[in-house]
Amino acid sequence: MSYMKLIENMLKGQKRACGKLITIVENEPEEAEKILREIHQYTGKAHIIGITGPPGAGKSTLTDKMVKALIKEGNKVAVIAIDPTSPYTGGSILGDRIRMQDLALDPNVFIRSMGTRGHLGGLSKYTKNALKVLDAAGYDYIIIETVGVGQSEVDIVKIADTIIMVMVPGLGDDIQSIKAGIMEIGDIFAVNKSDLFGADRTATEINMMLDLSMDMERRPPVVKVVAAKNEGIDDLINEVREHINYLKKSGKFEERRKNNLKLEVVELIEEELRKIVISHTDKESKLDGEVVDILNKKKNVYEVRDEFLGKLNRSPN
Amino acid sequence: MLEKEKLSHINESKKKWEENVLAKALNKAPERKEEFKSGSGLKVNRLYTPEDIANIDYEEEIGFPGQYPFTRGYQPTMYRGRLWTMRMYAGFATAEESNKRYKYLVEQGSTGLSVAFDLPTQIGYDSDHPLAQGEVGKVGVAIDSLKDMEILFDGIPLDKVSTSMTINAPAAVLLAMYIAVAEKQGVSTDKLRGTIQNDILKEYIARGTYIFPTEPSMRLITNIFEYCSKDVPKWNTISISGYHIREAGSTAAQEVGFTLANGIAYVEAAVNAGLDVDTFAPRLSFFFNSHNDLFEEVAKFRAARRLWAKIMKERFKAKNEKSMMLKFHTQTAGCTLTAQQPDNNIIRVAMQALAAVLGGTQSLHTNSRDEALALPTEDSVTIALRTQQIIANETGVTNTVDPLAGSYYVEAKTKEIEEKAMEYITKIDELGGAARAIDLGYIQKEISDAAYQYQMEVESLERIVVGVNKYQVEEEPPKGLLKVDPVVAEMQKKKINEVKAKRNNEAVAEKLELLKKACQGTENVMPYILSAVKEYATLGEICGVMREVFGEYEQAVLL
Amino acid sequence: MNRPIRVLVAKPGLDGHDRGAKVIARALRDAGMEVIYTGLRQTPEQIVATAIQEDVDVIGLSLLSGAHNYLFPRVAELLKEEGVDDVLLIGGGVIPNEDIPGLKEAGISEIFTPGTPTTEMIEYIKNNLKR
Repeated sequence: MSYMKLIENMLKGQKRACGKLITIVENEPEEAEKILREIHQYTGKAHIIGITGPPGAGKSTLTDKMVKALIKEGNKVAVIAIDPTSPYTGGSILGDRIRMQDLALDPNVFIRSMGTRGHLGGLSKYTKNALKVLDAAGYDYIIIETVGVGQSEVDIVKIADTIIMVMVPGLGDDIQSIKAGIMEIGDIFAVNKSDLFGADRTATEINMMLDLSMDMERRPPVVKVVAAKNEGIDDLINEVREHINYLKKSGKFEERRKNNLKLEVVELIEEELRKIVISHTDKESKLDGEVVDILNKKKNVYEVRDEFLGKLNRSPN
Repeated sequence: MLEKEKLSHINESKKKWEENVLAKALNKAPERKEEFKSGSGLKVNRLYTPEDIANIDYEEEIGFPGQYPFTRGYQPTMYRGRLWTMRMYAGFATAEESNKRYKYLVEQGSTGLSVAFDLPTQIGYDSDHPLAQGEVGKVGVAIDSLKDMEILFDGIPLDKVSTSMTINAPAAVLLAMYIAVAEKQGVSTDKLRGTIQNDILKEYIARGTYIFPTEPSMRLITNIFEYCSKDVPKWNTISISGYHIREAGSTAAQEVGFTLANGIAYVEAAVNAGLDVDTFAPRLSFFFNSHNDLFEEVAKFRAARRLWAKIMKERFKAKNEKSMMLKFHTQTAGCTLTAQQPDNNIIRVAMQALAAVLGGTQSLHTNSRDEALALPTEDSVTIALRTQQIIANETGVTNTVDPLAGSYYVEAKTKEIEEKAMEYITKIDELGGAARAIDLGYIQKEISDAAYQYQMEVESLERIVVGVNKYQVEEEPPKGLLKVDPVVAEMQKKKINEVKAKRNNEAVAEKLELLKKACQGTENVMPYILSAVKEYATLGEICGVMREVFGEYEQAVLL
Repeated sequence: MNRPIRVLVAKPGLDGHDRGAKVIARALRDAGMEVIYTGLRQTPEQIVATAIQEDVDVIGLSLLSGAHNYLFPRVAELLKEEGVDDVLLIGGGVIPNEDIPGLKEAGISEIFTPGTPTTEMIEYIKNNLKR
């Protein structure tokens, strides 16, 4: 089926077309670009929620319960759940949706699993592309559940409007270590499994830490939930809504999106430039000879760079 | 002192033997493999000598049968007194068919019945539930209401038989139905004998017929303990099962470790609910698997018995010796049966059954040769039963108690498995107990790692399975397999409609409402379930109320 | 298109024996595939809806309860209803030989019985993709 037909069907709400388009934008950069150009006009409406936190925090269960609460209010909700890809075999087991399987048949829900395929940062390289397809397909909320490996999950900032950091009791030491890395990206903190021993302490620790961070423009709330028992989910959804209001009132919403778009454009340019550089350095450029010159101290690396860039300017591509 | 001298002499002799005799032999013909491993992957030495059991104190660790720590058996005379119960688990599609079979068995002098339920029953759905489609009557009998239970035990005096029911999540409901049938027969509940499996933790781990989350499930189990200790004192309230854990791929030591860890969780839950350990612990029973590695399995059973005795005495301060005795049922390992050359399974089952007997089992189910293909036919079941009878009557292994005791190998293995199992229990304690370890997926992950390794060993021919990866032959597909008639589902649906038309629906609604309130509170729910059952509330309705209050369990999968 | 093969490993019906499904999920992962595992107790409807959303290349059904003659064909039927014609549907478990022709006729491409090496299944998948 042509991608135009797929887009047409996706816009009509066909899940199969939506699923196929995601496969294309996840795998075929050239086709992806054509599709993404085409659907750009339909994007930008969805509110994007990132759910991140350490393994075992119960992110999938929390996602499941949030989806259920959101669809009850009449929303259409999509989920992208990301699991790690084995660096040795390239394979992966995508098991997050086990927790959400009773939503499989809901007409207002779409769930898609993705492997990181070697990409670091908590997402896969093309998560953003999949997100755009789901956005165009008319989902009001798109929840992205990150891999959850810990410190390096910073990519989510570049695409989410609201980030929920999920914590659980019993990871006391981890809070300290996470603090340095990614604690600051949380817009809302959820202490899951709050019925377990130590939940109050965890919440207190997070609160103390947040109180110490004086440079925050908005102090993130800490919500206690027991996702498995569906407790505290409404509070969490309310906080998401509060956050949306805050973003809109303060102008941050537009600011974030603008920043993210800028980042995206910059990334795209970088990628193109890299291609150009590679194509030039791969070919019979003089680079091999230049390297010998550097080795022999006839030139230094900076001179070679400048010469190379100079050449690029004269002969674009 | 003398002992030490002897040992050092043996050690010297061994060294000499190694240098003079063994070295030559190895020079001439090296061993078949560099390292030999047990069925569970534990290293096996070339030779075991008194040195290997030097650290085992006979009186403390091995002792005498019928005496703490029960390594040699829970009963002083073992099979010289009474043979094990040959209990064959069997499932028939409808209550009517099963009843015919039970009557036949009772007429033949059998006093032990064993009920297999179909999956909808085990998961608390009536036969007309959408999820029951295709499953009604498939792996056992379908029970939707008291009506079916009355048919199932029609004409069978419940004060004369002992009934084992493989039922877990809805065990309280099926037990209530059994009690209600007994009352209708005029049999008082203190005369009822039997077992419900009632082991929810291993359902989360391995078998999959769970309904409710951990907490309310543990409460239901404790409620049953409490209710039975007063009203049905001869009933075995739980059968803590390693069988399915092993089937899911665990090693022998994991089977013991995880099963006893579950046992610890049940005892803790009951003690926390205020029950005195010696009131309910004597009614706990266990259920193990008997796998291929003969000596390892014997060692496993012995290790389990010793470890449980120590746990009950030291950890739970039980005073009654009966609380410390690990009594167990055994089933031969279904997962070792092959679809290829199915007659080979008869031999496998015989060896496994022998291990169970040498390990001192209290009852035994032998699998049938065709179970890797379908439900067993009557002919295959007969061969399986005959296997037990041959072991009991012809092999002579029943003539003495615990015949393998004192074997350097078996005693060393017993010790090793006990230690390995204890390591797992310690790890689970550190994680916060069995329920929490299951919630975290730890136990499941350990088992599926072991299962995957096993499969890879089979595929790399490191592990030989006769007829599967060696000695294969071209085979004709087997014929004459048992099939379940699909009209069973229709019959069950019809019966449900009849029951619902006849019963007092107002009374049903009222009893269900009372049950709901009890579930929301902290009372023992057994009496409420019993009164709902008596009004012919269906299994699905009762479990539906509990689902509403308790919610449903969500599987933890780590792959 | 050189992309990882996506496989849905599903447990239809009420059967809780997932040893086989889990071993296969791992073996497929180790063969470089992306494996989506559904967990237990899936209806045919859920399985097909999942296959569509995940846009998988293969659905592998695992069942040991004997309900395969109802549940497997139902999955095939629903795929047809949804117009899904590019997914390879295979199954495995305790399935008597005499049931296999009927299942194949109903649209299940291959049935793997106990004892099949995972490598054989992997080869089959690689050679029979419909995409």
